[in-house]
Amino acid sequence: MSTFNFIGKGLLALSLAASVNLVSADEFTPEDEQRWQQQFMDSVKQGRELWTSSTLGTNGVACAQCHPNAANTHPETYPKFQKQIGKVIPLWEMINWCLRNPLEGVPLAADDPKMIAIQAYVTHERRGVKLEPGKH
Amino acid sequence: MNDINRSRRNFIKTGGTLALGATLPISLVELAFADSAENFTFAYISDAHIQHIKGNRFVRNWDMGLKRAVAEVNLLTPKPDFVMFGGDLAQLGSQAELDHGAEFMSALKHDVRYVMGEHDYYLDLGAYWEKLFGPQFYSFDHKGVHFIVLNSIRTYDDWTYKRWPTAEQRMLEMAGLDNPNGSPFMVGEEQRKWLSADLAKVAKTTPVVVFSHSPLQKIYKGWNFWTEDAEQIQALLKPYKKVSVIYGHVHQIQYNQIGNISFNSVMATAWPWPYPQAYAQAEQYLPKLTVPMNRADPFFERDATGWQFINVANGNVDVNFTLYSNKDRVVRFDKAKKQPQDAEYQAEKARINPQRHY
Repeated sequence: MSTFNFIGKGLLALSLAASVNLVSADEFTPEDEQRWQQQFMDSVKQGRELWTSSTLGTNGVACAQCHPNAANTHPETYPKFQKQIGKVIPLWEMINWCLRNPLEGVPLAADDPKMIAIQAYVTHERRGVKLEPGKH
Repeated sequence: MNDINRSRRNFIKTGGTLALGATLPISLVELAFADSAENFTFAYISDAHIQHIKGNRFVRNWDMGLKRAVAEVNLLTPKPDFVMFGGDLAQLGSQAELDHGAEFMSALKHDVRYVMGEHDYYLDLGAYWEKLFGPQFYSFDHKGVHFIVLNSIRTYDDWTYKRWPTAEQRMLEMAGLDNPNGSPFMVGEEQRKWLSADLAKVAKTTPVVVFSHSPLQKIYKGWNFWTEDAEQIQALLKPYKKVSVIYGHVHQIQYNQIGNISFNSVMATAWPWPYPQAYAQAEQYLPKLTVPMNRADPFFERDATGWQFINVANGNVDVNFTLYSNKDRVVRFDKAKKQPQDAEYQAEKARINPQRHY
C-alpha cells in the first residue's frame, strides 16, 4: 500500500507539473475586447429601441414615456426586496411588472434577448454609479 | 393662508362624500390682496397626455388622471373663477386625442383657458387646437391681475419646416422627451415682439402672471426643461414689480426665484417625471431652491401626481401641493428672503429622505 501510494503521488506530481507547462493563461487581443464591447453596445442599442417603442405593450405606451434616458430605474439597487411584490427580485422581474401594468402587455422570459437588451440599455444609462444591491 | 385652509376643509367636506380622496392633480390658485374682497381663485390642470390607441380606445391610465382632476375642480369651494389647462392635453396631437381631452374638460362648470404644449402642437402646428381653444398666445385681465399666456414650445424654423418628411414624423420626434433628434423650445421673435407691446400697456405695479408650458428658465436641455430665449423673456418681465411664471411640462414640483420673477411648476395628471439629476450622465441645473418631491409608491398609478392650491398673496405665489400617499408640501413666498421656499422641508436636515430606491 505504502509503495503504491508513493508511486501514485509521484505520478500525480509529475502530471501536475506537466499541465502547468502545457496550459497557458487566457489570452485576448484588443480586437477581442473591441468585438465584445461592440456586442454589448449592439444589445444596448436594441434595448434603447425597445425602450422607446410601443411594441412591447398593447396600449402604445413606451418605457421612455415615464423613464427618459431610463432615469429612475435604479438597476444598481437590484436584486432587492420590492415591497409591493413581497420578495427579493432581480431587475428583469421589475421590468415585467412595467410591461404588464403601464404598458398593458405580456411579460418576457428572463433569458429573452429583448429582456437582456432592455437590461443592457438601462444599466448602460446608469454607468458610473456605484453598485448598491438591496438598497432601500 | 386662512382662506386656503378654510377652502381646503370645505373642499374635503364636499369631496369626501364622493370618496374621491382629497388628493388629485389640480392646482387651486388664490390671489390674495390687502382688501380680501378682491381675492379670487382659479384652478390649474396640466399635462393630461390623452393617448389614442385605436378606434374608440384610449390609454385608460391617462384618461383617469384627467377625469379625476376635472371631477375635483367641480367640487372645489369656493368655486374658482376660471380653470387653466397647462398644455399637453394630447399625446400625439391628433384630432381624436384633442377631442377626447376636450370632452373630459367639457364636464367643468367653469370657463377654461388653455396653454399650448408640444404634444398638442407638432402634428399640425396647432391648427386643430386653435379651432377648439382659440389663439396660441394671448393676455387677459382679471380682478386687477394681468395674465399672459405664451406658446413657449416653438423651435427653430429649420427643424419645424424643413427637417421631417411628414407631420407625423415631426410629432413623434418632438414627443420623445429624451430624443436626441428633438430641438430646444423657445417663445420666438414673433411672440417676444407681441409680449413687449402687450406689457407696454401694463402698469409696473400690476401683478403679472405668465402661463407657459416650458419653464422660461434653463434647467436641463436634454429633456427640454428649458426655454432657449428664457433670458430675453425674463428681461421683458424685469421692470414689473411682481411677476410669477407658472409652467407645466416637467411633471414634477419645481420652484425658483430669478430676480423679480418667481417660478412655480405644476404637476401632471398623467405621470410624473424623474428629476434630471436621476440621469447619471446629465449636466443639469435644477434650481438649488427646489426640494424634490418624494416618490411614495410608483406601483400606484397616480403616484407623484397631486394637486395644488396656489395662493398668489399680494401678487406672490404660494403653492400648496397635495401628493398621493405622501406628505403635503407647501411652497410659500418668503417675504424676507424674497423667494419661494418649502414651508417645512426647505432646510437640508428637515427633509424626508426621498424614496430613491424606487
